Amino acid sequence: MSSVPLNIDGRDLIGKPGQTILEVARENGIFIPTLCHYTGTTNVGACRVCVVEVENARSLVASCCMPISPGMVVRTDTPKVRASQRMIVELLWSSGDHNCLTCEQNGACELQDLVYWLKIDHPRFAIQPPGHPVETTNTMIQRDLNKCVLCGRCIRACNEIQVNEVLDFSMRGSHAKVGPAFDADYIDSECVFCGECVNVCPTGAITFKQARFSGRPWDMKKVRTTCAYCGVGCQIELNVHDGRVIKVTGNREFGQPNQGSLCVKGRFGMDFIHHPSRLTVPLIRKKKGGELTEATWDEALDLIAKKFKALKKQHGPDSIAGLCSARCTNEENYLFQKFMRAVVGTNSVDHCARL
Amino acid sequence: MTNSIEEIEHTEMILAIGTNTTENHPVIGAKVKRAVRQRGAKLLVIDPREIALTKYADLWLRQKPGTDVAVLNGLMNVIIAEKLYAADYVKDRTEGFEALKKVVENYTPTYVEGITGIPADDLKKAARLYAGAGRASILYAMGLTQHITGTDNVKSVANLAMLCGNIGIEGGGVNPLRGQNNVQGACDMGGLPVSLPAYQPVANDEARGRFEKAWGVTLPPRPGLTVVEIMNAAHKGDVRGLYIMGENPMLSDPDLAHVEAALKHLDFLVVQDIFLNETAQLADVVLPSAAFAEKDGTFTNTERRVQRIRKAVSPPGQARTDWEIIAGIASRMGYPMSYRDAEEIMAEIARVTPSYAGITYERIEREGLQWPCPTLDHPGTRFLHKEKFSRGLGLFHAIEYIPPAELPDREYPLILSTGRVLYHYHTGTMTRLAEGPSERCPESLIEIHPEDARAYGIADGQKVRVASRRGQVEAKAQVTEKSPAGTIFMNFHFREVAVNLLTNAALDPIGKIPEYKVCAVKVEAA
Ligand code: SF4
Ligand code: SF4
Ligand code: SF4
Repeated sequence: MSSVPLNIDGRDLIGKPGQTILEVARENGIFIPTLCHYTGTTNVGACRVCVVEVENARSLVASCCMPISPGMVVRTDTPKVRASQRMIVELLWSSGDHNCLTCEQNGACELQDLVYWLKIDHPRFAIQPPGHPVETTNTMIQRDLNKCVLCGRCIRACNEIQVNEVLDFSMRGSHAKVGPAFDADYIDSECVFCGECVNVCPTGAITFKQARFSGRPWDMKKVRTTCAYCGVGCQIELNVHDGRVIKVTGNREFGQPNQGSLCVKGRFGMDFIHHPSRLTVPLIRKKKGGELTEATWDEALDLIAKKFKALKKQHGPDSIAGLCSARCTNEENYLFQKFMRAVVGTNSVDHCARL
Repeated sequence: MTNSIEEIEHTEMILAIGTNTTENHPVIGAKVKRAVRQRGAKLLVIDPREIALTKYADLWLRQKPGTDVAVLNGLMNVIIAEKLYAADYVKDRTEGFEALKKVVENYTPTYVEGITGIPADDLKKAARLYAGAGRASILYAMGLTQHITGTDNVKSVANLAMLCGNIGIEGGGVNPLRGQNNVQGACDMGGLPVSLPAYQPVANDEARGRFEKAWGVTLPPRPGLTVVEIMNAAHKGDVRGLYIMGENPMLSDPDLAHVEAALKHLDFLVVQDIFLNETAQLADVVLPSAAFAEKDGTFTNTERRVQRIRKAVSPPGQARTDWEIIAGIASRMGYPMSYRDAEEIMAEIARVTPSYAGITYERIEREGLQWPCPTLDHPGTRFLHKEKFSRGLGLFHAIEYIPPAELPDREYPLILSTGRVLYHYHTGTMTRLAEGPSERCPESLIEIHPEDARAYGIADGQKVRVASRRGQVEAKAQVTEKSPAGTIFMNFHFREVAVNLLTNAALDPIGKIPEYKVCAVKVEAA
């Protein structure tokens, strides 16, 4: 059978065999909230925020894990479903330190969104955060497990997407915790700081440390570009605020070649952009052995043109050579070799591709 | 790459040779690991170093550094002897098989064991593993190319792939992983002494004629000099003026003492960069340029995908984009170059570069296109050589093994191999300014095997001096079994431990790639 007829919220729909209720609902624009679900990783059905009512089922079912079957009748919005979702979300809220005032993810938090969507004013339970110390032992990633909802997304991202196999649950029940083996801090573990876990965390439990207090999520202008490091050419988002690159995020919607994943260089290697040691003015050495001193663009470019023309005239075009760059753009490399060939008149143009 | 990054995750078998993928191309490394862990792909690793991928491998062949041709010939020997090769493919799509067969006949597993140190039985297993897969992808990087036999090595992997019918199919291919973001593009654009854009030879009158017409000038027909040759010519006084854009040969080139002398010997050196790097410090004129986040343009990744970069912030101070600077100099030399923006330059590229002819900014706004993309309605090319090779039939190259140029002897008893580490990039000018990566990897360490450490009385963390015939450096030792006994490993990211003071400038005769993976050194406590 290649199509499975079913009904969700009164709509007759067709799904494919093997699809879950959640998948069919999403394909058809029916919203079911989720928390632990993360496309491309194992469905664990742990948070049960995605519950729905299925006719003739004894209890509510987790839509992310339940395969569709022919004739299935599903309701996503019954009072029973909502009551169950509220209960779950209130428990999560009250068992953590969800202080949105100072949270970096304020405005980009899936727990916050759920609370609002379910119209919850206060949790009915007393707020009792677990009192974990905030992990600030490395400069790249900060972890505040008091904001962790134990969805396990970071674990699955680390193990199933990046396959770095660093994270897991430790302990069970009310003491459950996510992290590297032996409850180590990231810096003392095998973590390679790819930052995938930060990208997938639905709350403010794992955040980019250097970006703290540098701009709210809604302040960030996200500019899609290509990583400046290796030849994979990962598509990245530069998060810009006040003319500065604050952090780098991945975005799965960009597709190949990296499907939102990055490595430590692309994620945390961008400090150089705003580094004070950047060159900002042309420099000229007036005489051999002298110092480099500041000059205007006109002075610098005139001098180069004059010297190159003189060398060409006296010693021929092959007395001048050029190195273009595996780090510059296609447009710049094209223009550079055009300059060497058409203007200087030599084919001595190369770059460090081999190195 | 002949094939696409995406395909790596969906192939049946991956052969990784001379690539430390999880450190140098981590996102591709993740795909390899996913293929193995989640999709049941087989993984064969061929590498002298115990890289992280060996943990995921079905089989790991640990050859002596610089013996790759022998290993590959050995694999082909077994595959032919056991008739595991793709006979129909070889018959229909290739030529030169008999010559190949004749050469590899001598490379029996026992003979190869003598050269490479790989147990004959492992070699046989590896051959069966590779040949047994329906679709197999070969990945390689600098570990294969940075040898005097780099070109031979690359031809040998191509031989192996063709022998098993793995070129021109989805999930197959011979896939070099490029080290730098736009090496592919710099080559495509004619940043090479022998070729104009799209690898059109400068020596070819017809090709050159097209560019003469497009650019309105006569062009020199004689191929120019390569990087290393340029340095030699500068040394001799044949090259007097040098214009360097965004490169730092004072740290990346082999035999640095020689490079420094060469650069100092120049009449006029112009360096255009984002930092006052080691090379810029020697320049007569230094021009401040814009970084990748400060300009528009395109990079071409290792799978030939042309992708946009976009201006996100302004360049600091008076810094300008590289293309504006080049255009400024050209115009002052009497050849006006005026472009409105990078997009206009791309339009010109598309006009003169057949493989980029169908590429426009508009088309790659959402997703990059893989060349060849010859027309505006062409969807780009995911894998090459589908029905036939560029030259028609695929040509086998019969290649004999040649040992590295400089082997250990009594005075310099160890092999030095160089490479990168995950946390840093190339000469370190960018990553070393990054707080996070520098915290994780603050200094250069010399990896040395416990046996060698014992022999030379070196403890973990102790400062040691490494010397070759060309120079010496000092750094802390890290005693580890990652590299085999007799081989030490160093990275080239740290200027204070400039490993290229040691390396050998011996070049591959065709690829002109220096032999960074093998030179002879001695080690002593500092
Ligand atoms: S940063 Fe990467 S390696 Fe480290 S824990 Fe997160 S996902 Fe795993
Ligand atoms: S740290 Fe974040 S991603 Fe990980 S389990 Fe907690 S809430 Fe989920
Ligand atoms: S993020 Fe890492 S893997 Fe991706 S292009 Fe940048 S350096 Fe390469």
